[in-house]
Amino acid sequence: MEKLLLPDIKDLHKIDVYEANGGYKALRKAVGMKPEEVTDEVKKSGLRGRGGACFPTGLKWTFMPKQTTKPKYLCVNGDESEPGTFKDRQIFEFNPHLMIEGTLIACYAMGITTAYIYIRGEYGKWIRMVEKALADAYQRGYVGKNILGTGFSTEVYVHKGAGAYICGEESALMNSIEGERGYPRVKPPFPAQYGLWGCPTTINNVETISNVPFIITNGWEWYSKIGSPKHPGPILVGVSGHVNKPGVYEMPTGAPVLEIIHKYAGGVPGNKGIKAVIPGGSSTPILRGDQLEGVCMDADSMKAAGSAVGTAGLIVMDEETDLIAVLARISKFYHHESCGQCTPCREGTGWLEKILNRFLRGEGRQEDVDMLMDIANNIEGNTICALGDAAAWPVQSMIRRFRDEFEKRVRAPQVPAEEEAA
Amino acid sequence: MFSPENLKRVEELRQRYPHTQALVLPVLWLAQEQFGSISTETMKYVAQLLKVPFSHILGVVTFYTMFRQKATGKYHIEVCTNVSCMLRGSAALVRHLETKLGIKLGETTADGKWTLSEVECMGACSGAPMCAVGEEYHENLTTETMDRVLAELEKQ
Repeated sequence: MEKLLLPDIKDLHKIDVYEANGGYKALRKAVGMKPEEVTDEVKKSGLRGRGGACFPTGLKWTFMPKQTTKPKYLCVNGDESEPGTFKDRQIFEFNPHLMIEGTLIACYAMGITTAYIYIRGEYGKWIRMVEKALADAYQRGYVGKNILGTGFSTEVYVHKGAGAYICGEESALMNSIEGERGYPRVKPPFPAQYGLWGCPTTINNVETISNVPFIITNGWEWYSKIGSPKHPGPILVGVSGHVNKPGVYEMPTGAPVLEIIHKYAGGVPGNKGIKAVIPGGSSTPILRGDQLEGVCMDADSMKAAGSAVGTAGLIVMDEETDLIAVLARISKFYHHESCGQCTPCREGTGWLEKILNRFLRGEGRQEDVDMLMDIANNIEGNTICALGDAAAWPVQSMIRRFRDEFEKRVRAPQVPAEEEAA
Repeated sequence: MFSPENLKRVEELRQRYPHTQALVLPVLWLAQEQFGSISTETMKYVAQLLKVPFSHILGVVTFYTMFRQKATGKYHIEVCTNVSCMLRGSAALVRHLETKLGIKLGETTADGKWTLSEVECMGACSGAPMCAVGEEYHENLTTETMDRVLAELEKQ
């Protein structure tokens, strides 16, 4: 497939190069259409969110009220903090104008006059790259007042995060822009009704919004034929862990996981067997290496296998990996990142971490396995936002699919995980 | 007190948001860049500047891990130890740095030159193991390449 999000064009981040390769033509085309025609095109294309939830993007856009006296907002979510996820950074660096063009088209479609691109604070270098691209786009008249002489105006700003995974959750992200702590909000009301400063707001992931320009250029029918019919389009798959060529690879949705590991990422070092993979960032349920045959990178296939596409951040673990150590590290992360609002998550994530550390010290007990499951079950579904679920799923899936690993640890404690992981 | 340049930046930022409270994060960033850390005095100043209660500023500063109330060493080495880096040897990298610098995670050398911290995923998993020194990412690290990074900084 021809690469659309990250094509091999030198200096594409420069506005001249981007324009020379057809850049901002989709915006010109879009502003010649009726706004609802633009939304309809995105809706029919079948584009689904690339931030983790796979929600249909066009449908989300239709939730925005048409008749309102309030200003409307777009937030482009570039908080990208899910462990194993590093794809949006590629767009910031290599194709920032594609994201800016998609942002503008989305604003036109929904009648939005202000957009904030929220980028995690650690990406200081990439924030400057996006700001440079944005300044160039302003200068050429693609952003700001009276865009391309159409009378349509939109301001686009970059908002820098400050180190909080939770701000990738859409309502926490809005609170963070408002200058609050990154606490998720209770839903409903949903952002389209009551978002930034109580106004209608849509939040889309960076990669999602970057799909919009070529949907407008080539039409929904063309787009819907790329990859899996129910979850179409190109997708950026970030492969990390035990592979020879870790990296971000663009491919049509629906590629077999084993093909991604072996063809794109060069296979496992030393030709070792695959013990497990985490398919879509650390929150997605872990899959056994021996269940990967026929499992593909699309929403339906992953669901059938008992996991999720998530952010398509694929972490590969070879046969020698200490999975208890991996799970303990994941649980430490969610404990650290819990915002502290909901008791099940605030307390439960800490308990998970402590009990898993007990296993690492060789002090794990048989009944601890069931206790871990019980705690995870009591976090899942009982919190304001999905961070609780994200903390529970890795534990539940690990116990379900690798119970033997825990039991081996009870019978024969091993060396501390830190030593072994090294 | 903010530099004239930063005061100008604050005025520009006011144009970006319909409510002043939204300036809290961007202005705290300006403060940290100018002063190196965010002291109680700085928080009081920001509170006054933005007409936001001090308690609110304190709440924000303590919530976000990148805002720091104490200055770090001249070079702040942040090593990612999350899953992708752990699978590719971040524990060995941390041990190496601790030995080499003679400090533990979370500590600063006596000469104030180096601070060593553990961080959560930095979004550079294909370059694991990695660390950041300030805003600069160093990826695919071995003990040898890490030593070279330290030697480069030592020269500056």
